[in-house]
Amino acid sequence: MQISMLSFSIAALFYIAFFILVYGLVSKILQYKNTPAPLKIPTMPAPTTKAGVIFRMSKEVVFFESLFKSSKVTWLFGWLFHFGLFIDMLRHLRYFIDPVWFWVVIIQPFGKYGSILMFVGLIGLLTRRIVVDRVRYISSPSDHLMLILLLCITTTGMAMSFYLGTDVISVKSFFIGLMTFNIENIPADPILISHLIMVASLMIIFPYSKLLHAPGLFFSPARNQIDNSREKRHVAKWAEELERN
Amino acid sequence: MEDNKFDTPELREYPIIPKLRKGVMSHSKPFIAKESHQEPLGFPGELVEDWHDVAINKMADLQSKYRSLQVYLDSCVKCGACTDKCHYYVGTTDPKNMPVARQDLYRKVYRRYFTFAGKYFPKLVGARDLTKEVLDDWYTYFHQCSQCRRCSVYCPYGIDTAEISMAAREVMDTIGVGQKYCNEIISKVHKIGNNLGLPGPALKDTLEGLEEDVEEETGVAVKYPLDVKGADVLLITPSADFFAEPHVDGLIGYGKVFHEAGISWTISSHASEAANFGMFIGSYENMRKLAVRIREAALELGVKRIVFGECGHAWRVAYSFLNTLAGPWDFLDQNYPIPQHICEVTYDLIQNNKLKFDKSLNDDMVLTYHDSCNVARASRMGDKAGGQFLIPREIIKATCNNFYDMSADTIKEGTFCCGGGGGLLTDDLMELRVKGALPRMEAMRTVVEDHGVTHMAAICAICKSQFAKVFPYYNFTMDQIVSVHQLVSNAIILTGQHDENDDKTHSQEDIDEAA
Repeated sequence: MQISMLSFSIAALFYIAFFILVYGLVSKILQYKNTPAPLKIPTMPAPTTKAGVIFRMSKEVVFFESLFKSSKVTWLFGWLFHFGLFIDMLRHLRYFIDPVWFWVVIIQPFGKYGSILMFVGLIGLLTRRIVVDRVRYISSPSDHLMLILLLCITTTGMAMSFYLGTDVISVKSFFIGLMTFNIENIPADPILISHLIMVASLMIIFPYSKLLHAPGLFFSPARNQIDNSREKRHVAKWAEELERN
Repeated sequence: MEDNKFDTPELREYPIIPKLRKGVMSHSKPFIAKESHQEPLGFPGELVEDWHDVAINKMADLQSKYRSLQVYLDSCVKCGACTDKCHYYVGTTDPKNMPVARQDLYRKVYRRYFTFAGKYFPKLVGARDLTKEVLDDWYTYFHQCSQCRRCSVYCPYGIDTAEISMAAREVMDTIGVGQKYCNEIISKVHKIGNNLGLPGPALKDTLEGLEEDVEEETGVAVKYPLDVKGADVLLITPSADFFAEPHVDGLIGYGKVFHEAGISWTISSHASEAANFGMFIGSYENMRKLAVRIREAALELGVKRIVFGECGHAWRVAYSFLNTLAGPWDFLDQNYPIPQHICEVTYDLIQNNKLKFDKSLNDDMVLTYHDSCNVARASRMGDKAGGQFLIPREIIKATCNNFYDMSADTIKEGTFCCGGGGGLLTDDLMELRVKGALPRMEAMRTVVEDHGVTHMAAICAICKSQFAKVFPYYNFTMDQIVSVHQLVSNAIILTGQHDENDDKTHSQEDIDEAA
């Protein structure tokens, strides 16, 4: 089989994007992990046990609890977008596994609606960024572009899944092929190709942008520390050295 | 300075989010520290020649030492959730007082020098070189943050502007641009032992004066001991408690509680200060040096327990950091929390019926309670999360008949700063302090109108001083702020005390009956 230049380029792009995403994220996570937190600074009231911290963190990750407290509108759009994204990412698993897991099959029909949630959420967030003077003030071009990129990924995906369709069988063999270092042809469908290029761009941008909020949340001392400073002495390495003087 | 010429904001009927007014607080700067304030802290006396490089190196150093700083600089998505949460933003409407915008003053420099995007696409991500102009903005706006952590509560990632403002202040100190108020005070503690520079003999005089006053008023010889070796409790209290109103009434209250409970206690002239301004300037080393004085005093006096008086940020340093900074405290009595808050002591005694109160003695007041930010969002009392909200309120309810909370979104973890915390309690920032108090004043006015509240109680020396000063700007009077232990002091019936009403003394039986 003749492999097209296009397929080679997309394959190369995804290898590079995947490498950058993993390398970038791993190095950031290691940096966070290896940077000491010398003082106990959980935002109080804070859990007094590890189980409590896991519960607090779960509420943040799943329900965006703090955001809910601060702004219902931002919470609504933000949560819709992330939840939609989550469902759609699960739905996309079918392009990477064969045979497709049972539960991934089950969510396929719902997954379609995930994109609607994403779309509504992103439009809401973008509108807020433009309309609310406070949010407009704190926005850089990158903040707008990030939303626009996500919107374009969402709409190209929706276009394929609701109207135009694409050769999903070939897409799947392309990605399965990528995973086994066996490059296959990708359909030369402009919507599909732009969808894929934008997803790869997002992967590349991820570790070098504010998308680091995803790993960052787990390392936030204000949220992940246990309130036990009186019971347990907590000293960072560099602070121990001060004590020797 | 134009401090005398500003308008006190109007209390609004409905606290809607104000529109931005750019640059309206750009003139607000505290006095710069002189060489004599800087050098005792280990900082250069004036702006160093290669300040730019020194600052960038210091930023790198802090990022490697503080996970909070590194994670917070990377994680903000500019969602805007914090933008209306800062009392200084609400009171001034200057956009750079929105927590995220304040952080961005630092973050844009971080991005420029430490991130790929900021190095190669600065305009795209809003990155900026560290210029004199940016430094000036830092000095202006990182001294308009009281490090109260309210933004951190509402941030989806817990990003705490206090951490960023502490880092910024430390970078500025390192290049020789310190703030006079904080650094002068810290140098006094290093030298003398307290913020006021009050030497041992003066302290002794003051405490003896209190003993005379209390004995005259109650007929009971309540002691206010200084440097007594072998006492059980070392009391560490803010030095404002020794002379300022209403602080001193709180100190009188602590003494009565200890007296009545039969707890032997002492103040130390070596560590006669609970405040630790080292935290405000983000300097771990200065904070540690100040905290170690407490350890030295505890060892020298051979005490078994350490109790802290009413002071908000001091309680943060005590509760959250003291074990880290000056521990381990293995030589103290492990049956008590180390350290303990005076409110915890009093609350436990109330729970065990060890104190007797006549609540009607506080009937001339209708109280509300101001949660101090550092107590509410940076520490705890008691053994359960949220004890820092419950315990002071329970003390007030045990000593007063009339108590009403302010509206729910302005208390507990959502409490508004008094406007003077974080090293801003200085006359050169009066405009900022008055404007920053706006949300608290609005909440206060509501309970005054709805419930006839006459007084606000607090457990923080800074809050008390701040309210005494800004209340008059909002048509309240300076004596409407009271100490929680002042309420205790008013209502407590000491064994053998004259009774103000019928002149008979309370016998031991009365006390026992009440128990």
